[in-house]
Amino acid sequence: MTETFTRKTPELARRHAGEKRFQWLGKAAITIAIGFLLVMVGTISWMGVGAFKQTQIALDVYLDPQEIDTAAPNKADYGAMVKKAQRSKFSDVKKHNDKRKLYKLLSSQAAFTLQHQVADNPELIGQTAKIWFIASDDVDMFIKGNTNVDDSGNAGKLDKKQLQWIAALKSTGDIRTRFNSSFFLSGDSREPELAGILSAFTGTVLTLAVCFALSFPVGILAAIYLEEFTPKNRWSDLIEVNINNLAAVPSIVFGLLGLSVFLNTFGLPRSSPLVGGMVLGLMTLPTIIIASRAALRAVPPSIRQAALGIGATQIQTVFHHVAPLAMPGMLTGAIIGMARALGETAPLLMIGMVAFIVDVPGSVLQPATALPVQIFLWADSPERAFLEKTSAAIIVLIVFLIFMNLIAIILRHKYRQRF
Amino acid sequence: MTLQTFNPEISTEPVIEIKQPVITVKDVNVFYGDKQALKNISLDIPKNKVTSLIGPSGCGKTTFLKCINRMNDLIDICRVEGEILVGGQDIYDPAVDVVALRAHIGMVFQKPNPFPKSIFENVAYGMRIHNLTNSKSELGDRVESALRGAAIWEEVRDRLDQPGTSLSGGQQQRLCIARAIAVEPKIILMDEPASALDPIATAKIEELMDELRKNYAIVIVTHSMQQAARVSQFTAFFHMGELVEHGKTDKIFTSPGDERTQNYITGRIG
Repeated sequence: MTETFTRKTPELARRHAGEKRFQWLGKAAITIAIGFLLVMVGTISWMGVGAFKQTQIALDVYLDPQEIDTAAPNKADYGAMVKKAQRSKFSDVKKHNDKRKLYKLLSSQAAFTLQHQVADNPELIGQTAKIWFIASDDVDMFIKGNTNVDDSGNAGKLDKKQLQWIAALKSTGDIRTRFNSSFFLSGDSREPELAGILSAFTGTVLTLAVCFALSFPVGILAAIYLEEFTPKNRWSDLIEVNINNLAAVPSIVFGLLGLSVFLNTFGLPRSSPLVGGMVLGLMTLPTIIIASRAALRAVPPSIRQAALGIGATQIQTVFHHVAPLAMPGMLTGAIIGMARALGETAPLLMIGMVAFIVDVPGSVLQPATALPVQIFLWADSPERAFLEKTSAAIIVLIVFLIFMNLIAIILRHKYRQRF
Repeated sequence: MTLQTFNPEISTEPVIEIKQPVITVKDVNVFYGDKQALKNISLDIPKNKVTSLIGPSGCGKTTFLKCINRMNDLIDICRVEGEILVGGQDIYDPAVDVVALRAHIGMVFQKPNPFPKSIFENVAYGMRIHNLTNSKSELGDRVESALRGAAIWEEVRDRLDQPGTSLSGGQQQRLCIARAIAVEPKIILMDEPASALDPIATAKIEELMDELRKNYAIVIVTHSMQQAARVSQFTAFFHMGELVEHGKTDKIFTSPGDERTQNYITGRIG
C-alpha cells in the first residue's frame, strides 16, 4: 500500500521535471534582471560619485586696503587680486601666455569667492589671507584621476607646465578635495565645476507639485464618478476606451498640445513649471484614472450593499466606505503616474523648459528646467567634467524616485484596512 | 418533520388570510433585460412573524427579497412592474425616497459584511447618517441596546474598538443584524443569513430571529427546509419565478397543496 505513494512513475517524474524546469527558468530570469539593474546602477554610481567631491586650491591673497573701499567692498577688482596672488605663488611665470595658463587653474568663480569672503569677514582687509578657491574643471578631472598623463606629457586640456604647477601645489598641500556642497546649492552653469542641480531640482519639485495638484483630485473624482455613478452603456464604454488610449499616447504629443494650447492660446508663461505641471498632469491623468478605477472595482460589492442596505446614500457609500478602502490602490496609481512624470523629458522640451536656467525658480510662473532635462543638457555638453555631473544628476533623480516610492509605501500602509 | 403524501383535492390557490399585513405585494413582475425572473407574484407579509421564502436555486426568491427594499435598483438591467405596498405606500412610486425606504427595511446579507471599522462604528454608522441621536452618550446607549438586541453584547462589550472584521463568522453576522436594527427598521430582510455559518452559530441566529420577530416583521430566504420549518410561521415556495404556494409553515410542510411543493420539500426537485 505504501508503494502507491513512493513509486516514481514516468508520468509523475515528467510532471515534476516540468515544475523544476519552470522554477529554474524563473530564477534565471530574476538573476538576469537583477544583473542588468546592478550594472546600470553600478555604472551610474561609479561615474557619478566623483561629482559629489570638488577640488579646491588655496592661495595667499593680500587684501590691499587701498584697492578695497570698506564702504563699498563689492566694487573692488577682486579678479586682479586673485591673479596677483597666483603670480606671487609662482613668481617664475613671466610670459603672457603662461600667465593665462596659470589663471586657468582656477575657476572663473574665484573673484566672486573672494568678494564673498571679504563681505562676510571685513576684518580681513589689509591682511594676507589663505583662501580656498574652486579649481577649474580640468584640474578637478586630473586630481580625481579621470584624465591621465598621455605620451606627450599632457593630461586632457592641461599641458606640462600646468601639471608641474599642480604638482607643486600638491607638495605644499595647497590642493584638496572636499564635499561638493555647491552641486546641491547652485544652479546650472556653463562651467562644469560650478554647475549645480538646485535650479533643476526646484523646477522638478514645482512641476510635480502642479502636476499632482491637478491630476490627483481630477483623476480620482473622474474615476469615482465613472466607476460608481455612470450607468454602463455605449457612452461609458466609449469614454473608457478613450481613456485607455490616452494612457498610451506618446508624451511628446502632450508637449505639443501644451505648446499650442497653454502657451499659444492661453498665453501662459513659457518655460514655467505651471505649464510643465499642467502638461505632465494631462499625461498622468489617464494613468491615475485607470488605476483608481481598478482599485474601486477591487472593493467587494458586499461593502456597498451593506452601506446602501442601512440607508446610506450613494455618495455616503462611496465616500465613507468605498473610497477609503480603495485609497491605497489610488495612491499607488498616483505615485506610478507621478514617477513617470518625474522622468519625462520630451513634453518639457516642447514647452521650453529646456532653456539654460541658472537661477532657482521662486514660483511656478518663473522659467525653470527639470532634472531629466538637466540630465539631457549635461549629457549633451562636450566637457569631460559634465559626464560626471550627468551621472550625479541621475543619482539625484533616482534617489528622489526612491523617496517618492517610500512615501507611497508609508501612505499605503497607513490607509490599509482589512476587508 | 412529518410529511403527508400529496393530496390533489386541496386547492392549489394560495389562499390565506393575513390580518394587517406590513407588506402587500400585488402582481409583481421582475425582468432582467428580456428574461422574466418573477411572474405575477402576489402575497402578504404579516407583522411580528417570520416568513420564509424557499425554493430551488434560481427560482427568484432572492430577487423577490431585494424588490422589497429596492436593492434591485443597483442592477441596471432590472425592471420591476406591479405594486409593493409597505404601510400602504407603493415603494416603486417615483415620490418614494429609496434612502428612507432602506432605513425602514433593514437587510442582512448572505455573507457577513461588517464594515472594516470598529465594532462600535459598525453599529453607530447607520444612526449617524440618519441623525438618530443627539448626544454621544445617547449614541453609546443605543449602540449597546442594538448589540444586546442582536445577542452579541456580552461577547463584544470589552472590545468595541476592535475591527468588526476580527470577529468570527457567526459573530460578524450578528453584528450585521445589530447594525440593521440600530436604525430602527420595521421590517428585516435576511438573505440566507446562516448559509456561511456552522450549526452552533446558526442556532444562535435562529434563536435571535425568534426574539426579533416580537418587534419586527422578518422575511428570510433560506435553502434549508429544516431552518424554514424551525424559524418561520409562514412559508412561501417559489419555483421558476412563480409563487407556487404560500401559507402557514406547518401546513406547507405537512400537507402541501401543490405537487411541486411536495416534490421540493421531499427532495425530489431542487
